[in-house]
Amino acid sequence: MTTVALKPATMAQALTRALRDAMAEDPTVHVMGEDVGTLGGVFRVTDGLAKEFGEDRCTDTPLAEAGILGTAVGMAMYGLRPVVEMQFDAFAYPAFEQLISHVSRMRNRTRGAMPLPITIRVPYGGGIGGVEHHSDSSEAYYMATPGLHVVTPATVADAYGLLRASIASDDPVVFLEPKRLYWSKDTWNPDEPSPVEPIGRAVVRRPGRSATLITYGPSLPVCLESAEAARAEGWDLEVVDLRSLVPFDDETVCASVRRTGRALVVHESGGYGGPGGEIAARVTERCFHHLEAPVLRVAGFDIPYPPPMLERHHLPGVDRILDAVGRLQWEADN
Amino acid sequence: MTVMEQRGAYRPTPPPAWQPRTDPAPLLPDAAPYRVLGTEAAAQADPALLRRLYAELVRGRRYNAQATALTKQGRLAVYPSTTGQEACEVAAALVLQEQDWLFPSYRDTLAAVARGLDPVQALTLLRGDWHTGYDPREHRIAPLSTPLATQLPHAVGLAHAARLKGDDVVALALVGDGGTSEGDFHEALNFAAVWQAPVVFLVQNNGFAISVPLAKQTAAPSLAHKAVGYGMPGRLVDGNDAAAVHEVLADAVRHAREGGGPTLVEAITYRIEAHTNADDATRYRGDAEVEAWRAHDPIALLEHELTERGLIDEAGIKAARDAAETMAAELRAHMNQDPVLDPMDLFADVYAEPTPQLREQREQLAAELAAEREGTH
Ligand SMILES: Cc1ncc(C[n+]2csc(CCOP(=O)(O)OP(=O)(O)O)c2C)c(N)n1
Repeated sequence: MTTVALKPATMAQALTRALRDAMAEDPTVHVMGEDVGTLGGVFRVTDGLAKEFGEDRCTDTPLAEAGILGTAVGMAMYGLRPVVEMQFDAFAYPAFEQLISHVSRMRNRTRGAMPLPITIRVPYGGGIGGVEHHSDSSEAYYMATPGLHVVTPATVADAYGLLRASIASDDPVVFLEPKRLYWSKDTWNPDEPSPVEPIGRAVVRRPGRSATLITYGPSLPVCLESAEAARAEGWDLEVVDLRSLVPFDDETVCASVRRTGRALVVHESGGYGGPGGEIAARVTERCFHHLEAPVLRVAGFDIPYPPPMLERHHLPGVDRILDAVGRLQWEADN
Repeated sequence: MTVMEQRGAYRPTPPPAWQPRTDPAPLLPDAAPYRVLGTEAAAQADPALLRRLYAELVRGRRYNAQATALTKQGRLAVYPSTTGQEACEVAAALVLQEQDWLFPSYRDTLAAVARGLDPVQALTLLRGDWHTGYDPREHRIAPLSTPLATQLPHAVGLAHAARLKGDDVVALALVGDGGTSEGDFHEALNFAAVWQAPVVFLVQNNGFAISVPLAKQTAAPSLAHKAVGYGMPGRLVDGNDAAAVHEVLADAVRHAREGGGPTLVEAITYRIEAHTNADDATRYRGDAEVEAWRAHDPIALLEHELTERGLIDEAGIKAARDAAETMAAELRAHMNQDPVLDPMDLFADVYAEPTPQLREQREQLAAELAAEREGTH
């Protein structure tokens, strides 16, 4: 066993490294989007790629999201592996026509003859004090579209591993980057980055017995913090990080809920019609007889993303989560 | 210091000199649609090409008639006819080399067939047994695109990718006059011009987008004029003159192949039939207009030229019609067979590897089908 040197790295650095390694290994990988070249992207995730691989492989495109994704479709049809960057969550909406009408179903409508290995990187979610249209959680729209994989890392290691797996996937992947975790640091081995696991497995980030918090992306650190705080109340919370919203890992989630008997889904996007509804339904369908209480959700409010000075009231925080955990206990006691 | 404070010292300067980035004049389309048939230019046209175009037009007309008949028999769910527009469809197909790509819209089945695609495979979308009944890579024909103009950026991306790889490939994308109002049209043209992608856009201006006439679609002098704003040449052509459409497209394809970048071609033509078999065209246009266009029929135009110049005789015309009849008979025979469909195909090819959720649903359907077979359902 060799000991690996762990160094502090940010999620943004791990993403850059993933892009770089993928481009170096496979000449068909092309990065494209607004400002991804000279500037290195507004979050600097594509920093240095144009310099290292040339502007033909890391391309500043015209400012047109449908055009970016639409031309990526043609490039993928010709055997390239485009990785497109949508600058912010809410600016991906002009590309939805291409995403839903073509990207998600090209494999299916051509009976497998024409898969589209496109990775669509979307910085998403709030908590960075962004002005309007810079903080949306759009995962429910993507999840509702068959033919897309939808993944979102919550750790530095996963940012690398999941992005490599997404680029390697022969299917289109919507890669949601929790922008408020871009600068979160973690010890990680940048010299020998973690192996690329296939998409679709959830992981238990913290084992516990009292209840399961099911979460992903930007809400993972909040849930872990809540689990620590809950110890004072005598609750021992398990935290499951989904990592992949499509496909969904029923196995890991249900195994946890069967152990704990209680489940709470936590995410930033609105609760009504949101991912939590789907997850709660799946858990209820599969674990009903193990449940001591109804599956609860802590989500953002069902409002357009609020202005930054109010966002802390909108985002699920530790108090709201502990409150909900309290209700899980209460249901059990009565 | 403000301007007021530095009174006397301040001299207003003109803005830095400005020049147009390129000279727009060569990009402008001609004042009238380019024609060959019935003009001096016809003498230069290659007789073999004219005969080939003629045979394909006759076959195309018969194909349109047969497909429309199949809708009446319930064998096709819907058919958007290109009767009257065959010159555009056929020229688009014949102008491409084998390695080139065609990006058709939902109306352009005929272009795909003229490129060599099996007529039955070309019709699966409209018949309803599968969306795309062929391997796009094998034929270098993208799936027929139903959402308007969305195939245009695909053509640009593919052409761009081919050029990056150093391959000699041109993409030709078809779109209707209504489709030019979509954002994707704009974005595709802009990307194509910025990237100098080897792509040709052919707008078939057939007068209507379902019921909406061109006057309500655009205020531009012509659709070809739109090219100038992107920095690519715009060409206007008589869309019923097969020789002219072929020549203009051939020029544009050559220009693209030689690294000259994209061209926007607007072909002025007319949709003789209704939008589809489900549409009632009498609600938005009169007979006189249709009759005027019938008098400018693409087949009659070419047949006249060929006959005048002694390039075809009765026997030649009959041979073209016979070949078209054979194609129609084969198409009928194939389409009259019920397609054999496997419901389990529903779950094939959604992803490279089905998700656990899809596997579960697949099992559910398999069980239902088994129960149905056993009559327990
Ligand atoms: C994005 C989109 N909007 C609306 C439609 C519905 N639709 C189908 S055909 C059509 C008119 C198209 O007209 P045009 O582009 O001129 O092509 P043509 O039918 O004349 O060939 C419309 C509105 C569509 N297919 N796609």
